[in-house]
Amino acid sequence: MADVMDDMYREVILDHYKNPRNRGKLEPADISYEDDNPLCGDRIRIDIRLDENRRVKEVAFSGQGCAISQASASMLTEEIVGKLVDDLKQISKEDILELLGIELGPVRLKCALLSLKVLKAGVYGLDKTTDSPNSTDQSV
Amino acid sequence: MTSNSAFDTARIRADFPILSREVRPGVPLVYLDSTATSQKPTAVIEAMDRYYRNSNANIHRGVHTLAEEATGLYEGARDRVAGFINASSRKEIIFTRNTTEAINLVANAWGRANIKAGDVIVLTEMEHHSNLVPWQMLAAEKGAIIEIIPVTDDGELDLSTFDAILRKSPKIVCCTQMSNVLGTINPIPEIAAKAHAAGALVLVDGAQSVPHFAVDVQTLGADFLAFSGHKMCGPTGIGVLWGREALLEAMPPFLGGGDMIRRVYLREFKAADLPNKFEAGTPAIAEGIGLGAAVDYLLNLGLDRIHQHEQAIIAYALERLEEVPGVKVFGPKAERKGGVAAFTLAGVHPHDIAQILDTDGVAVRAGHHCAMPLHDRFQIPASARASFYLYNTTDEVDKLINGLYKVKELFG
Repeated sequence: MADVMDDMYREVILDHYKNPRNRGKLEPADISYEDDNPLCGDRIRIDIRLDENRRVKEVAFSGQGCAISQASASMLTEEIVGKLVDDLKQISKEDILELLGIELGPVRLKCALLSLKVLKAGVYGLDKTTDSPNSTDQSV
Repeated sequence: MTSNSAFDTARIRADFPILSREVRPGVPLVYLDSTATSQKPTAVIEAMDRYYRNSNANIHRGVHTLAEEATGLYEGARDRVAGFINASSRKEIIFTRNTTEAINLVANAWGRANIKAGDVIVLTEMEHHSNLVPWQMLAAEKGAIIEIIPVTDDGELDLSTFDAILRKSPKIVCCTQMSNVLGTINPIPEIAAKAHAAGALVLVDGAQSVPHFAVDVQTLGADFLAFSGHKMCGPTGIGVLWGREALLEAMPPFLGGGDMIRRVYLREFKAADLPNKFEAGTPAIAEGIGLGAAVDYLLNLGLDRIHQHEQAIIAYALERLEEVPGVKVFGPKAERKGGVAAFTLAGVHPHDIAQILDTDGVAVRAGHHCAMPLHDRFQIPASARASFYLYNTTDEVDKLINGLYKVKELFG
């Protein structure tokens, strides 16, 4: 029905999909991580540069996928600029859904949360090693 | 409605209760995902319901009335399946969970006894993961070599490479009869004749062919045929491995346990005769009975008529899909394929296509359809797939096309 569609493909989501913010790659970066959703082939990489206070100075995302996964990545990158790395760990699933402003079933939820999964893996990876972790391709 | 006037689609649709439901109030279901699983006719649902209400018992060794009835129903289903594919003997019909388990059975029981380091196993680029991974596992364990028959741009097997592959004396050639993505119907008798001349056995994945057109193992040329109940109007949880009796006789058992034995001692056992030898433990009894009812249902309609109906629908669907700007359909022309249309729409991810179509009740699949290497071959991460069966109509194709124009409008 029309309202279901209007809901999931809200103007703001389509806008982020068609005109993604912070799209691209940062090389070198302080945090760099890549992962995919093997169910649908969605793939997202996030690169982050930090300032001397460990705040996000610059962020970029790349990859391919559906409108939901790409829009959520675009929105997430806008959201985290200026934030402390440690604060990125606090971002929750609910925060992403609030950004998107839609309700999602279990299948599409994976699309929506892929960018958060990538961000957190990158952030926690940074904790383990002082070097920038290499982008990880987990698909075989 | 349909162009096949001899085929009363309205009456057939009435046999499938689910087809009259609405996805949301006022939005009827347009089910275009039968390649993933088919819907079930009342006859199948009732056969299983009847079994549980009247005859439920464990099979084979019980002597009470219910056990006799249950055994008769389950073994009767085996006879129906044997007749359905024209097997020489009911001993050649092994019930499994599904196509995947049937292929795993061959890869394990036959493969482990017959494949050694350096042996060649032939697969194709259009296989479902179920006909790739079991062989990859076997090859990794044994140090065997995998050779691949590639796929052409038109979505057919490139058999120009086959002779060179066969000169490597492969032990087995594993090939789908019909691609679950491209819809391509492969020339199995020709492939099997060449493979046999080179000394190789042939395993055919019949998951997409057996439900849709008549498959006769006497003329197919294969040595093993695997298929699933749930794609042919039957329930999930029941599948079939057909194999030549002499091959099955010579193979060691796969799973061990109850029902697959003739005699058990504390330190050894003697395996049961075919087909029980490969059916360890209590099987999916109700599901087997449901499959038997599905076979009756399909035979009553006639596989040739079902195929003819699907040919008409896919020809119409391809014609309409091609008129939508930005749509690219993968696979051969209608006359060389079954009722499957995998496609992409420029600028829109297949997930979004499927999601938006769902708002109109149109159920299509989006993803790699368990054929990642095939999607790599066409350099796409995913595709949308509409697939058709005996109950689909040209009206439903029109709803698909209208939905695609809506997608374009939204993403334009």
